[in-house]
Amino acid sequence: MAETGHALTVLLAKGFGLFYLLALSACVLIYTFWPGNGKRFEQAAKSVLRGEDRP
Amino acid sequence: MVAQLTRAERQFALLTLGLLALCGLLMAAGANDDLFALHGGLILAFAVGLGFLVISGLDAPEPADGRLAEYYDDPSRVAIVLTMGWALFGLAVGDWVAWMLAYPQLTFDAAWASFGRIRPIHTTGVIFGFGGNALIATSFHVVQRTCRTRLAGQFSPWFVLLGYNLFCLLAVSGYPLGITQSKEYAEPEWYVDLWLCIVWVTYLVLYIRTLARRREPHIYVANWYYLAFIIVVAMLHIVNNIAVPVAWNHARAYSAFGGVQDAMTQWWYGHNAVAFFLTAGFLGMMYYYLPVRAQRPIFSYRMSIISFWGITFMYMWAGSHHLHYTALPHWVQTLGMTFSLILLVPSWGSAANALLTLNGAWHRVRDDATLRFMMVAAIFYGLTTFEGSFMAIRAVNSLSHYTDWTVGHVHAGALGWVALISFGALYSLTPALWGRARMHSAWAVEAHFWLALAGTLIYVFSMWNSGVIQGLMWRTYDAGGTLAYPFIDTVVAMHPYYIARAVGGALFLSGAAIGAWNVWMTIRGPAAASQPAVDDRPLTVLAGE
Repeated sequence: MAETGHALTVLLAKGFGLFYLLALSACVLIYTFWPGNGKRFEQAAKSVLRGEDRP
Repeated sequence: MVAQLTRAERQFALLTLGLLALCGLLMAAGANDDLFALHGGLILAFAVGLGFLVISGLDAPEPADGRLAEYYDDPSRVAIVLTMGWALFGLAVGDWVAWMLAYPQLTFDAAWASFGRIRPIHTTGVIFGFGGNALIATSFHVVQRTCRTRLAGQFSPWFVLLGYNLFCLLAVSGYPLGITQSKEYAEPEWYVDLWLCIVWVTYLVLYIRTLARRREPHIYVANWYYLAFIIVVAMLHIVNNIAVPVAWNHARAYSAFGGVQDAMTQWWYGHNAVAFFLTAGFLGMMYYYLPVRAQRPIFSYRMSIISFWGITFMYMWAGSHHLHYTALPHWVQTLGMTFSLILLVPSWGSAANALLTLNGAWHRVRDDATLRFMMVAAIFYGLTTFEGSFMAIRAVNSLSHYTDWTVGHVHAGALGWVALISFGALYSLTPALWGRARMHSAWAVEAHFWLALAGTLIYVFSMWNSGVIQGLMWRTYDAGGTLAYPFIDTVVAMHPYYIARAVGGALFLSGAAIGAWNVWMTIRGPAAASQPAVDDRPLTVLAGE
């Protein structure tokens, strides 16, 4: 029982785990570099500079 | 603080405190363990003390409706004062421990003052007391400014802040008594863990509700980091602390995990506590206060997003590098090592992003010690994450593990990164929240900066030396194949470095003391002649809704 449990964990970690993280990385990169998001990111970066906290 | 609550909210606060007092009373009266009874008494005293405060303001007039159109900064103000208090306490205890290692008689022959009991008081005091209050103070401030909306609650921010401080109090008061579950950075026992769980879920709900009320289309990246900090810490805390108490009225509990599974769960928790408590939250701080102070947008917003997802999803798997050469399966150790190495990419992404943001504003860094705190913090963040990835390599770990090198690494991160970014943020936040033009004394900020930097460098260099010497002496064999140095020789060799480390700690502590004085004087000083910026209001008001 313990043997199967360990073998299954290894299989999941080395199989599913690898592809899940690769797919996730791809999603993140697509979202980040999607041309339509550029303007929104630029606005967000500038949004914190609008004069607050400075009396 | 009570005057800002409506009558109904004050009554609700009293009810909550009443329930808490009842729990404390039950614990104290029904305990079959003296230590448990003592903690019951402490909870009762805490609830009754706050109860008096609420009752004294119970009949104050109802607050004006206009307050709902303002940001809610009272909880952040109180959190700043608590942050500086915990910083002084935690650093002072830390320096005591440092001197104790050089001069063991500093335990004064008292069981409660032995190294094993004082050290967690230091770690809890600085990580949870100082770091945690700084995170609560700044997260409440940042989420409101970046979302242009008021906190989504009147009572819950107080519940989070004061409830969290009760957790810290129970933790540090338990250690000298001997109440500990012996898990590093997760020492408090089951009932304290349950309390933190309630407080933390309230924090999460408050934060998400505030985000949901935002008036900005996009959630600014600092909030992503703060939210990751809150969510993941909840997850880690709950799983690592699953335990079965001996009885409902007994302080002791037994962990649900045993053996190597226990070790793996603990270091999954332990390393992610570094990642999400001491990194993600403080990166949130950096991504807001550094651009604001430098008056320049973050160098690459895209890079901040990639770094965010990199840190969030890869740190999860790095914990097993704490268990190289143990009973943990070899491939799990290798997995931890590999992810630790890949982590260098998002870590340096954030460090580089911070420093490149300052490109073109170096004159500000030169003139403004507050911004310099943040700049040096980013450098230490880069250095420490590089060192951490390096130390996670199995062969390097065989030299560094169990030595003072680890202690030096942790303090490069904790002093150089976490504490410096916090002080930088606090020096930006304090004058803003109290409507002052600037900190009471610019000279004191400079003095604090140089004391903190000198203290950190002395600390880290002495521990690097001590750790490498220790590691090498432990693995040196003579011609006959036996160990060349008896253990006591390595202890003697470390002595001068231990003194140097304690001196470095004393410098860091004195800097923090100057900082606490400066914060206090800023709070007590006169208000700035000019009014706060007109747009420091939630968007609803600015739009005239």
